[in-house]
Amino acid sequence: MTKLSELIALLMGEPQAEQVVPPTGFTAQLTSLSAAAMAFLACFALGLSVSTGRLADRWSSELAQSLTVRISAPAAERDARTEAALAVLATTPGIAAARALSPEEQRALLAPWFGSDLPLEDLPVPQLIDVTRAAGEPIDVAGLGLRLEAEVPGAVIDDHAGFRRPLVDAAGRLRALGWLCLALIAGAMAAMVTLAAHAALAANRSVIEVLRQVGARDSYIANAFVRRFTLRALTGAAAGATLGMIAMALLPPTGDEAGFLTDLGFRGLGWLLPATIPFLAAAVAFGATRLAALRTLRTMA
Amino acid sequence: MIELDKVAFSHGGGELLSDISMVVKPGSFHFLTGPSGAGKTTFLRLLYGDLIATAGQVRIAGKDTRTMTRDEVALVRRRIGFVPQNAVFLDHLPVAENVALPLLVSGRDAARAEADLSELLTWVGLAGHREAHPPELSGGERQRVALARAVITSPDIILADEPTGNVDWDMSQKILRLLVELNRMGKTVMIATHDIALIRAAKSQVQSRVLRIASRRLQLAGADL
Repeated sequence: MTKLSELIALLMGEPQAEQVVPPTGFTAQLTSLSAAAMAFLACFALGLSVSTGRLADRWSSELAQSLTVRISAPAAERDARTEAALAVLATTPGIAAARALSPEEQRALLAPWFGSDLPLEDLPVPQLIDVTRAAGEPIDVAGLGLRLEAEVPGAVIDDHAGFRRPLVDAAGRLRALGWLCLALIAGAMAAMVTLAAHAALAANRSVIEVLRQVGARDSYIANAFVRRFTLRALTGAAAGATLGMIAMALLPPTGDEAGFLTDLGFRGLGWLLPATIPFLAAAVAFGATRLAALRTLRTMA
Repeated sequence: MIELDKVAFSHGGGELLSDISMVVKPGSFHFLTGPSGAGKTTFLRLLYGDLIATAGQVRIAGKDTRTMTRDEVALVRRRIGFVPQNAVFLDHLPVAENVALPLLVSGRDAARAEADLSELLTWVGLAGHREAHPPELSGGERQRVALARAVITSPDIILADEPTGNVDWDMSQKILRLLVELNRMGKTVMIATHDIALIRAAKSQVQSRVLRIASRRLQLAGADL
């Protein structure tokens, strides 16, 4: 039997096994409360991982879809060289479109630094050409650079790699941090459940002796405790995950300037991910209690 | 059948039992006597696999307890009913569920055994206490609950450790009659007791062997009692 089917069988069957363990109100509530808190935190850690993953993918794909050609030339030759560059780009395989930015667009790009009334025509600002890649067709960026260099003096190609890589790396590290947080939460929860299970086993030593006396196998005794702690973790984590999902759903909507922070959360089927947290919590509690119970029972033998 | 072959048991550096050989035959009735601290409880615990002999062999139904797994010991205990001197119960469960506990742990349907349970509680005189909780019972009632719990699975062997230790004479007679009745049903019974009057009272009811533990060894004390 696999561990999963064992877990399902444990949760579904033999509810009588649990009744042999005396109820312990306060510790039961503490276990459920801790599981709820862990699940709430796990929800945000998962949201962080998913969001940063989405951000990294978006940055990666958006920037990878385009190139920029920069033409530095005296004002009198700028238009001619721009035309020449567009001609080269038009005959380059893998390019879907190439378009010279208008003075207004270039002014808008510089506005954050120089203000919106920049006299662009009086400044030696290079002309920019926005190049869109054709989907699924690779471009020989190095070869294109050589052609431009030969046919259009002062033309420089930028595939955004230098800008893109650190951003994607940062997003990737943030995503890994999110997964690390999830692993730490799972570990903390396992430790918490193990401690609670040890306390329960120690407090019920006489019960265990009675059960052994009447012929209970260790697996039966362990299951009585495992079932209780697994159900506590499941119900606590379900409450915590639900609250976490509600909190994330109530975050302000994403706006153009909102950026990463308000984009924290799940989309569409992604909401199924936090819904798995209670089951993962139950699986962690199942494993931790089972190990603790069997180890304790062995030492009591 | 339980066989002991040159069994010894040591604990804490001292030998409690030494060189004990005997066969507990099916359907037999034994009394085990000896002064307090002589090792009667230890001897009974060796017989149902709760303790492992430090020398020699204890074989239960042919299996050496030294080589049994924990699961095998559990299975053996389902065939041996044990009535401890100071029985411990699950205080949060009523008497009926405490008595049915061996059925529950062996995976048998306690609901289907309801008729047997009611009959058993009536037999030990506790039909009116089935919903009571163990802390509400007197010493004698607790002993009878322990006896009922030990026999609910109809075990082959019943081991009783001072079953009349905490009860008055009338109640001890009642418990003795119950154990004798079980023996007449074909069960093997062994009672550890230091109550010589009880052994004498049993003489007219059942043919028994009386064993005595003295100076760490088991002796036949029988005929003169």
